[in-house]
Amino acid sequence: MADPMRIRAQASGDKAIVRVLMSHEMESGQRKDAAGKIVPAWFIQEITASHNGKVVMTSEWGPAVSKNPFLQFSVKGAKAGDKVSIKWVDNRGATRTDEATIS
Amino acid sequence: MRQALIPVALAMVLGASPVLAQKTASQGIDEYRAMLQDGNPADLFEAKGEDLWKQKRGPKNASLEACDLGQGPGVIKGVFVSLPKYFADTGKVQDLESRLLTCMQTLQGFDPQAIAKTSFGSGEMANVTAMATWVAAESKGMKFNLSQSHAQERVMYEVGKRLFFMRGGTHDFSCASCHGEEGKRIRLQDLPLLTKNPGDGIGFAAWPAYRVSNGQMWGMQQRLNDCYRQQRFPFPGFASDATVALSVYLGVNAQGAASIAPAIKR
Repeated sequence: MADPMRIRAQASGDKAIVRVLMSHEMESGQRKDAAGKIVPAWFIQEITASHNGKVVMTSEWGPAVSKNPFLQFSVKGAKAGDKVSIKWVDNRGATRTDEATIS
Repeated sequence: MRQALIPVALAMVLGASPVLAQKTASQGIDEYRAMLQDGNPADLFEAKGEDLWKQKRGPKNASLEACDLGQGPGVIKGVFVSLPKYFADTGKVQDLESRLLTCMQTLQGFDPQAIAKTSFGSGEMANVTAMATWVAAESKGMKFNLSQSHAQERVMYEVGKRLFFMRGGTHDFSCASCHGEEGKRIRLQDLPLLTKNPGDGIGFAAWPAYRVSNGQMWGMQQRLNDCYRQQRFPFPGFASDATVALSVYLGVNAQGAASIAPAIKR
């Protein structure tokens, strides 16, 4: 099972800024190991962000995104106390969902 | 005619700009570092370390919560800036990482020699680094204040100083070759002068740190390991007396400097 994400969500004015740190290897599929064999690609493919259960953003990622990626976005109309949840799915089908409360 | 003019123009540009260009380049790096600061993946290791500390693990199925890092069993806040120090129970001066090994042995029943031989970033070694990250983070912003009251601590300082200036290897390098003068750098990385206090969050006060370029979390032991690799020296060994002595030397020199660990590096 993947390690948890770190989600920070802060309300400012009529929106909330959400910062997410994900724990993932993000192998590009271009690297070789010590034996000279290609390390298979392994990366987060889909991101879904929800605000109080309603999907507010989806994105498709590829192998060019860094290891342990950092994502920041803002949600219009989000207030303190609302819930934000983030879900990722990687190319092996593994998934992880974490939730945070906006402060 | 035109060909003759170009070199003149070039010479003027070159003559006027080096100082300016240098400044913008280093300012650019500072901006890049500031951007990375928000969302330092060290946070992930910190969370993992805290979790590991509280988990019941090892042959004895115990947590590390009763571990004494120098300020009494279970005390975490403030210990990082007082290490390495002398521990009466082991009769040795220990740094954070070697002390964690001691606790993993006495409380959890792990074999410290086996862990010390594990390569960095894998198995229990990765767990030691994660826990060191968390313990260090609990003292973020506090000032280094290493004890020099025990005779052993003073001996270790002197040994560390000798090691710092000891030249050897195929390149005849010592630590002081790179860290014994002001204003040195390797490529674009500024090298701190470590024979005196380099200031807040520099040198000893910046590790453990996350390396962006390879996505690895490094403790002070791995930092020293890599310095020795660059000197083409054999590494004295994880948690060895030599690396602890060097840490005492660096830590005492950094007296009063605020810790920014876990930091983020290129």
